[in-house]
Amino acid sequence: MMLNQVEDLASKASDELGKITDVNDLEAWRIHYLGRKGSLIQILRSLADLPLKERRAVGARANELKEVLEAAFVEKKRNLRQDLALSQRREALDITLPGQQVPLGRLHPTTQMLEEICGIFSNMGFQVVEGPEVEWDYYSFEALNIPADHPARDMFATLWVDSEAKTGGRPMLLRPHTSPVQIRVMEKSRPPIRIIAPGRVYRYEATDATHEWMFYQVEGLAVDRNITLADLKGTLFEFARCLFGEDRKCRFRCDYFPFVEPGVEMAIDCLVCRGAGCRLCGNSGWIEILGAGMVHPEVLRRVDIDPEVYSGFAFGMGVERIPILRYGIDDIRLFYSNDLRFLKQF
Amino acid sequence: MKVSVRWLKEYVDLIVPLEDLCERLTMAGLEVGGVEVIGGEWDDILVGKIVDVNSHPNADRLRLVTVDLGKQSSTVVCGAPNVMVGGKVAFARVGAHLIDGHSGERVQLKPAKIRGVVSEGMICSEKELGISDGHEGIVILSAEAIVGSPLSEYLGDTILDLDITPNRPDCLSVIGIAREIAALTGSKLHIPEVSYRELGRAIDLDAAVEIKEPNLCPRYCASLLDGIKIASSPQWMQQRLSTCGMRPINNIVDVTNYVMLEYGQLLHAFDYDEIRGKKIIVRRAGNGEVMTTLDGIERKLNSDFLVIADKERVVAVAGIMGGGDTEVTNSTTTVLIESANFNQAVIHRGSLGLRLGSEASLRFAKGLSRDLPMIALKRATQLLAEIAGGKVAKGIIDVYPGKKKMEPISLPVADIKRLLGMEMKAGEITKTLELLGFGCMQAKSDSQVKVDVPWWRTDISCAADLVEEVARIIGYDEIPTTMLSSQLPRHEPAPMLSLRRQLRNILVSCGFQEVLTYSLTSLEMLGRLSPQLRLIGPTPMKVSNPMSREQEYLRTSLRAGVLSVLARNRRYQEDVIRLFEIGKIFLPRERDLPQEKEMLCAVISGSERKLSWRGKVEPIDFFIAKGLVESILSRLGAIVGFEDGEDESLCLGRRASVMIGKDKLGVVGELHPKVLEVFELSEAAYLIEIDSEKLLSLMAAVKKYQPILRYPSTSRDVALLVDEQITYQQICDIIQNFSLVNSVTLFDLYAGEQVSAGKKSLAFRIIYQSPTHTLTDNEVDKVQQQILDKLQLDFGAILRS
Ligand SMILES: [Zn+2]
Repeated sequence: MMLNQVEDLASKASDELGKITDVNDLEAWRIHYLGRKGSLIQILRSLADLPLKERRAVGARANELKEVLEAAFVEKKRNLRQDLALSQRREALDITLPGQQVPLGRLHPTTQMLEEICGIFSNMGFQVVEGPEVEWDYYSFEALNIPADHPARDMFATLWVDSEAKTGGRPMLLRPHTSPVQIRVMEKSRPPIRIIAPGRVYRYEATDATHEWMFYQVEGLAVDRNITLADLKGTLFEFARCLFGEDRKCRFRCDYFPFVEPGVEMAIDCLVCRGAGCRLCGNSGWIEILGAGMVHPEVLRRVDIDPEVYSGFAFGMGVERIPILRYGIDDIRLFYSNDLRFLKQF
Repeated sequence: MKVSVRWLKEYVDLIVPLEDLCERLTMAGLEVGGVEVIGGEWDDILVGKIVDVNSHPNADRLRLVTVDLGKQSSTVVCGAPNVMVGGKVAFARVGAHLIDGHSGERVQLKPAKIRGVVSEGMICSEKELGISDGHEGIVILSAEAIVGSPLSEYLGDTILDLDITPNRPDCLSVIGIAREIAALTGSKLHIPEVSYRELGRAIDLDAAVEIKEPNLCPRYCASLLDGIKIASSPQWMQQRLSTCGMRPINNIVDVTNYVMLEYGQLLHAFDYDEIRGKKIIVRRAGNGEVMTTLDGIERKLNSDFLVIADKERVVAVAGIMGGGDTEVTNSTTTVLIESANFNQAVIHRGSLGLRLGSEASLRFAKGLSRDLPMIALKRATQLLAEIAGGKVAKGIIDVYPGKKKMEPISLPVADIKRLLGMEMKAGEITKTLELLGFGCMQAKSDSQVKVDVPWWRTDISCAADLVEEVARIIGYDEIPTTMLSSQLPRHEPAPMLSLRRQLRNILVSCGFQEVLTYSLTSLEMLGRLSPQLRLIGPTPMKVSNPMSREQEYLRTSLRAGVLSVLARNRRYQEDVIRLFEIGKIFLPRERDLPQEKEMLCAVISGSERKLSWRGKVEPIDFFIAKGLVESILSRLGAIVGFEDGEDESLCLGRRASVMIGKDKLGVVGELHPKVLEVFELSEAAYLIEIDSEKLLSLMAAVKKYQPILRYPSTSRDVALLVDEQITYQQICDIIQNFSLVNSVTLFDLYAGEQVSAGKKSLAFRIIYQSPTHTLTDNEVDKVQQQILDKLQLDFGAILRS
């Protein structure tokens, strides 16, 4: 009799639970069946009046039911919570609305390029050193085998610093190339030497889309016994491969710089026409990217390195030229006019 | 240097296709910058001979000209003044490609009826052929031209534009380039034989040369011709000169120019009768001495200039330009030809001094051979005798104080391997150098080659020079490619580089865009950094030859550059702008190079105007700028403090010095409104400036690990009422000094109606934590009470309930 009552309760409770879709209804259900004054408790309380045999049977069944309902409640509650969470999220976001950006700056394209170049050479064991931008004539020309009135001085239109009166006639200038760092390094250290020297250089030059009076160069120098032009070729071809990619062709041709002998100009095959000839490369199919050569024996002698025992190579390249080629930038003046609309593209 | 291939062919056999030749020249150091073909489109243009000239029935100025073309003849209408029977001309058939004489455009010749007469072609001017701008008359070809043959056989040419490096003045000549081609292609060279008859009397009887400055003029040669007739030079010579970009003038000047192009030696012709005292004197100019150069300009000279003078006056600026007084004119009958070698430095300085970059000075400035004057002079004398019909005086004046013997150079065979990285035998080296005209003598052992340098190679002075010669003749492509195999040098730490890199990266991740601004600026720009528009700091160093007033002084501050960039970009960008530059400033030092000090300068400026669907963005203020300084420096492990600042560019009361201990590291603050105004900035901007080098010296060398506290912390909030002038820092310092206090955070600051006048309320959250145990309420209460007592005692702080 009583057992039937328990079974009825069981089927009713689980029917009702199945239909519940709302947390409040679920709570009401819990109070109704499992609460302190709930149906199941009342049944358990009324057990005392039953004969022992029935009491045992009903009691066992009622306790079992209590566990089942409690478990069902927890399960239902979790389901409802998940449904709710889902339904709340179903109040859809327009995911095309703009995201909130975290302000992040950028390095200047020249800095990025310098880091890239220096990184490649660092991996080949070259150490980064720097030298002064305001230099003595001696380091910029004299010690590099370019005495006063040497015709090669015309290659470097120089900005002079007004200092002669104060320095007793030693001409001071804004360095027109990074090569003076070669001399400063060789004065201070003995072979083996393997350095690169990035930095600003200055020229007396009218500016236009392809000329700027201030720009950056990277100088390289390696001095030791038995360093050869073949090593220079290997080093620079490897550099070009890292910078411009595996299938870039490189070329060494004879050129003249007073502080190297033999002198070299290195070119890569044109990025636009791949050697066929176009406007970018002046129809030659090649694009010059740097000057180099074996350090001139006079230069070594001047810094007390015996050119009959030691040899070395040096190279120098313009930095802006590479992003100009890589990104097709049509005006070098964009670099140092610092328009954010330009800088933010890199 | 422009050189005619037709001309080159006279001196060297061209045995490789032109394209290959250009490639080899370029690879060997003579870069071919351009190739221009003359006559490539002359398919329908022939050599014709004028056989008949008749007047045009309907026009006075036009004539009917019959031209014999070999197999046929044509009659055309022609208006040129120099039409004459027997003349060989360039005849264009209908269909030929020409340049329109009036419009300058490329056209194809069509049959035409001119004033009622049909014209079956055209007799061409230089302009119509595209050779020059000459359009005054038709081209008259030399008499040898064969009637009916294509014009391109006579006038067609290819012009190579070569970029000659400063070490190779010998290649500023047709013969020099021919020598290179012979060496590079292994072909034969034919240099013209020079011979002429000297029919006049001994030159010493009529002229003399004295060199007063033997260091500046190592050699001076002169020849003399009398009875010459000034006229136009022959057609072929004029043709050559104009193809090479020189204007034909008269036979005398044309010969000197022709020989200059041919040999690279500058020659000058004087009208002998105008040379007073019949003596050439090479000396320095007197200070203030004046002469009028060929271009009609009066030049004021000084003792820096080397001049050619006669007994009374200056007649030429040596190696730069001749004078008007002794210029060859139509009435000249006797000429003295100068062929000299001048010191390259004095010519270089002189041409800079006169702002005259003539062809002449270009050549001398590069250091020509001292053997060349005699060789070129003989060639010029020969040509003059042939062309201008003069009688050559017996002998040549040759004053040669600078004669020196060229010593042979020893080239160790091993140097090839040592410098080029490739093995070569003595025999191969010798063979290669001999192609270039070097004389080689193998020493007894095979380890050395003794090399005699040919007279024209003034650039070769050591073994390395010879190594380059070998390399460029065999070709750089033949040199192997190897990686450096030598020992790696010791690594020297570069702390400044790594600090710079870190600073940059931190700033970028804080939203700052890096800029790089010019190192040169103006005093005006630097002055803008002070509200009084006066220069702050040391007087900047000046460039003595600035390109403009804006780029005259070496910057002593990065601020002006960065603020200018801010102002420029503000025109395009509305929201917050954050910029920084890490760069050098230049501080003058006595008798030395300036101190180049690395600085960091950042600005941040912006407003709520930013348009965003998410609502307003926090406006930038002083505390954001200060917070950036704190964040950036704490990332680098530096603990900084702030003190009232004095910086003139910044606002009173809104500026602070950034300190590490007692050392000032930089500044942070709001820019002074006056400064903003001169930079045309309309809204507040905040400046951060850090002395990177000082930062490096003050940064804690070693970071130290702090154990993480394991026991739970307890937090208490207190609100304190204090006098307005008590600073946050004063209170905070006291609280932080108590043991068990882990951190103090200010979370509210209030002054106003709720508190009495002259007071402010600060609310702090204090976190207590012990490294050894879990704190009890009792322990915390005790410390908190001590804190409150101390604050009351020191500042009269009252706990707000
Ligand atoms: Zn190309």
